[in-house]
Amino acid sequence: MVSAAPSPALTKNAKAWKAAATVCDPEIPVLTIADLGVLRDVQVAETGEAVITITPTYSGCPAMLVMEADILGAMRDAGFDDVRVETVLSPAWTTDWLSDAGREKLRDYGIAPPVRASSSRQALFGKDSVDCPQCGSSNTERVSEFGSTSCKALYRCRACAEPFDYFKCL
Amino acid sequence: MPDAKFKYVLRLADDQLILGQRLGEWCGHAPTLEEELALANIGLDLLGQARSLFTYAGEIEGKGRGEDELAFLRPEREYLNALLVEQPNGDFAVTIVRQFFHAAFMVPFWSAMAASSDETLSAIAAKSLKEVEYHLRHSSEWVIRLGDGTAESHRRTQDALEELWGYASELFEMDEVALEVQQSGIGVDAAALKPEWDATVNAVLERASLTRPADSWSQSGGRTGQHSEHLGHILSELQYMQRTYPGLSW
Repeated sequence: MVSAAPSPALTKNAKAWKAAATVCDPEIPVLTIADLGVLRDVQVAETGEAVITITPTYSGCPAMLVMEADILGAMRDAGFDDVRVETVLSPAWTTDWLSDAGREKLRDYGIAPPVRASSSRQALFGKDSVDCPQCGSSNTERVSEFGSTSCKALYRCRACAEPFDYFKCL
Repeated sequence: MPDAKFKYVLRLADDQLILGQRLGEWCGHAPTLEEELALANIGLDLLGQARSLFTYAGEIEGKGRGEDELAFLRPEREYLNALLVEQPNGDFAVTIVRQFFHAAFMVPFWSAMAASSDETLSAIAAKSLKEVEYHLRHSSEWVIRLGDGTAESHRRTQDALEELWGYASELFEMDEVALEVQQSGIGVDAAALKPEWDATVNAVLERASLTRPADSWSQSGGRTGQHSEHLGHILSELQYMQRTYPGLSW
């Protein structure tokens, strides 16, 4: 029990996590499910069964099914044949779980990352101040709070006139 | 108790499914592309919530029925949604007012349900609350824009309020099923949410320069399976594939 060396089980878990963490969001292919915070836990049992726990960003996110299939494929490629994917709702996913690396990848991809610390209940008519991912201007306006996927809103930059997606706070 | 809890969760699931299905009818018909995306996204959130609730209802019932059996193979009289959500889309104002009434109720409802002693319902509630806050903001902003817009948009929105007003009260009804589940620490006292709903509705209507309708009529029955003539038509479309090709899967 009191051993400094990593136990075989731990190494297995780490290996399994690494494999699952390579899976990308099919809608935002620059982000992995680890960047997103969708990947919650990976446990490999003594029997060799790997249980991957994920949580949806939005209740109706249709990408979940694809992610599940991709996880099974990635795990198989890494040598795990006995794999189960579990979906949990609690604690509810929040954009605060998006990694710093993930935020940078989003910006480079042309999607404005969520404004921090506003995942708490917003005022009825509250608006986020979002910087344009193209030119960096804060002179932007919201076109619609609903965009091409559940997790994005539509914005427009008044400075460079480009429309852009905003990964909205949840 | 298991029977009351099953019905209670089913009512919630049916509300979200039927309203989500109604919003889906706007696909290809919404006034602008942005609004098309918004209505479809909101419908998708509701569908996702309904799926979690149906799955849980099936587990409570314990007869092996899953989300698909509950959604696609129950006849009209076994559907327990409130009458409000099955009302036709009408014009854009009717759709928006229906959504506004529902979202103004669901925000305090999920907020209270998040404290449920039932772990699954509490988890679904915490997740759904974040989503309906967006829905409430969306419909509130539209009510204000329409009410405060042109003479025609104002008139249509006032008409929509009058047309749907009497269906709102069913959301707050506490019958034996709801009381039993609430008293066991699992359900929500919906009647107690009325003041918050009133405050939200009054604040938005005032900004929209619209008039709060008088409580001159009300209609309920959906919670016990007595529906308006509209539900059967929704189900005929919703259930068509499973009825025609039983057991069909993707």
